[in-house]
Amino acid sequence: MKLYELTIKEASEKLKAGEITSVELTEAIFDRIDKVESKVGAYITLCKEKALEMAQASDKQYAISHKRRTEIDGIPIAIKDLFLTKGVKTTAASNILNDFIPIHESTSTKNLWKAGAVLIGKTNLDQFAMGSSTETSAYKTSKEFDSTTRNPWDLERVPGGSSGGSAAAVAADECIAAVGTDTGGSIRQPASLCSITGLKPTYGRVSRFGVMAMASSLDQVGPMTKTVEDAAILLKYLSGWDKYDSTSSKKDVPDYARSINKNIKGLKIGIPKEFFAEGLSPEVKEIVEEGIAKLKSLGAEIVDVSLPMAKYALAVYYILMPAEVSSNLARYDGIRYGHSTLKRHPELVSGSHGIPDQVRNDSLLSVYEKSRAEGFGDEAKRRIMLGSYVLSAGYYDAYYKKAQKVRTLVKKEFEEVFSKVDVIVTPVTPTPAFKFGEKVSDPLSMYLSDVMTVPVNPAGLPAISIPAGFISEGDKELPVGLQLIGPMWGEQTLLNVGCAFQDATEFHKKKPSL
Amino acid sequence: MAKLDISQIEHIAKLSRLELTDEEKKLYSEQLSSVLDYVEQLSEVDTENIETTANITGLKNVFREDEVEESGISHDDIKLNAPEFKDKSFIVPGVFE
Repeated sequence: MKLYELTIKEASEKLKAGEITSVELTEAIFDRIDKVESKVGAYITLCKEKALEMAQASDKQYAISHKRRTEIDGIPIAIKDLFLTKGVKTTAASNILNDFIPIHESTSTKNLWKAGAVLIGKTNLDQFAMGSSTETSAYKTSKEFDSTTRNPWDLERVPGGSSGGSAAAVAADECIAAVGTDTGGSIRQPASLCSITGLKPTYGRVSRFGVMAMASSLDQVGPMTKTVEDAAILLKYLSGWDKYDSTSSKKDVPDYARSINKNIKGLKIGIPKEFFAEGLSPEVKEIVEEGIAKLKSLGAEIVDVSLPMAKYALAVYYILMPAEVSSNLARYDGIRYGHSTLKRHPELVSGSHGIPDQVRNDSLLSVYEKSRAEGFGDEAKRRIMLGSYVLSAGYYDAYYKKAQKVRTLVKKEFEEVFSKVDVIVTPVTPTPAFKFGEKVSDPLSMYLSDVMTVPVNPAGLPAISIPAGFISEGDKELPVGLQLIGPMWGEQTLLNVGCAFQDATEFHKKKPSL
Repeated sequence: MAKLDISQIEHIAKLSRLELTDEEKKLYSEQLSSVLDYVEQLSEVDTENIETTANITGLKNVFREDEVEESGISHDDIKLNAPEFKDKSFIVPGVFE
């Protein structure tokens, strides 16, 4: 087996046994990147020099103590370019931050580096994590295709999004594991479309400090990995209370990987009929049903359940999320950091002498308006405007407050169902990966592709996407995932079921040919 | 009919601190109107006597002691990313004559 193909678990065992060094593993990843990155385009920034330094530090520690400190000590990891990484350019895939170098580190990534992990690079995403295809990124990674990150299973198709770069990097073996964020499906949907494992933890499980906020009441950080077991390993290091995120939880962080129990006999799995209705591709439906049959054969009890409120979750999401976006993105003002029109018009700040009248009249307000207009992409502008509208005088009650009430109903409905079942199983997306340009011109059709993943976020629940099969399309195979949804703080159950499934199936082991 | 006409789009753009081209105004008027049409379906849901949810884990106000801490961030650090910075200050166009 090639070193770059290793999982965290496998690589960690070899590192602990002294069979390989972190430097060797990191170099193997960069060799792989040299070979396939021109096709996949997963990264915005690669940090080879820094990565090798981190790997050397990990190996040095090992040389002294003959011990690896943790299971991720020496493991090369890719980070979505939405996390602040001190001293490493961070863009959110937006021109408004095209030369931004953070001066502090996000808590979740800091936790990884403290545990000895190695930063490979920053992966591409939909601009400010807004999108489902990574096409809204301001970074076109290849001149050959007019596209951003490509799906390793079919280079003419999107990798999903918004964590599309992280998903593609894992699928193409350009890292051992990656980290993403999920506000309405941004970990699970690309994981499904690229045939990897992606976990969105319970809201509050992982600190959001230092992760550029999209919708603060919905955003959550999570692992994107080659196996469920790896997700369990990585989740432990990401999780925990943080004094800099007042919404992070003080609940103990279990050792998820060591606590995995693959015996799912008698476990109750709920199948909500609303997720299998019209709009679901028959091929996806078949694969998901086979997955459910597999879980049944492993001893789980399948129970029909109903979530009639779930269909309103997308509408709730498209009110609350933009509202929070309009507030969170107000910080990009062209004054303190990021793109500024002041750089184009230095006369605006050079003092009053000799300034033409029209420029003098160009007030501070126009610095805001111009800087933001020049820096933000289309989707960011749309969401900011939508948010400003639903929060504006006269519309707040009709939209924002109404959505917050329906959110309560969505949450309650899930709670009721979880009083009867342990896990809910659904498709992740209605269709496999779509082609570039197919949906990007029609925002609403792009939004609708998230209809199965979105309900989880307003309810705060944990959910995982795992590889469940492939649809043949010409000479290509398009991955399809299975979504497992758990009750609040039910990560362990999801990991248990996911591990049992991966023990009994081979889908997660299949690699795209690149 | 579009829910949001051009003058409403201009008002929202102002609130959003975004300068828009005429082309963008027209495009956003159509696109935002179609999203608003979609979210309109919430009016079907009876929310009489239902509480709002802002924080999903049920946290109320989270307080801490108001203590001064070292940020570890210097003016030179801040200057690094600032468009215009001089004498430990951000430079902005004058607001008053």
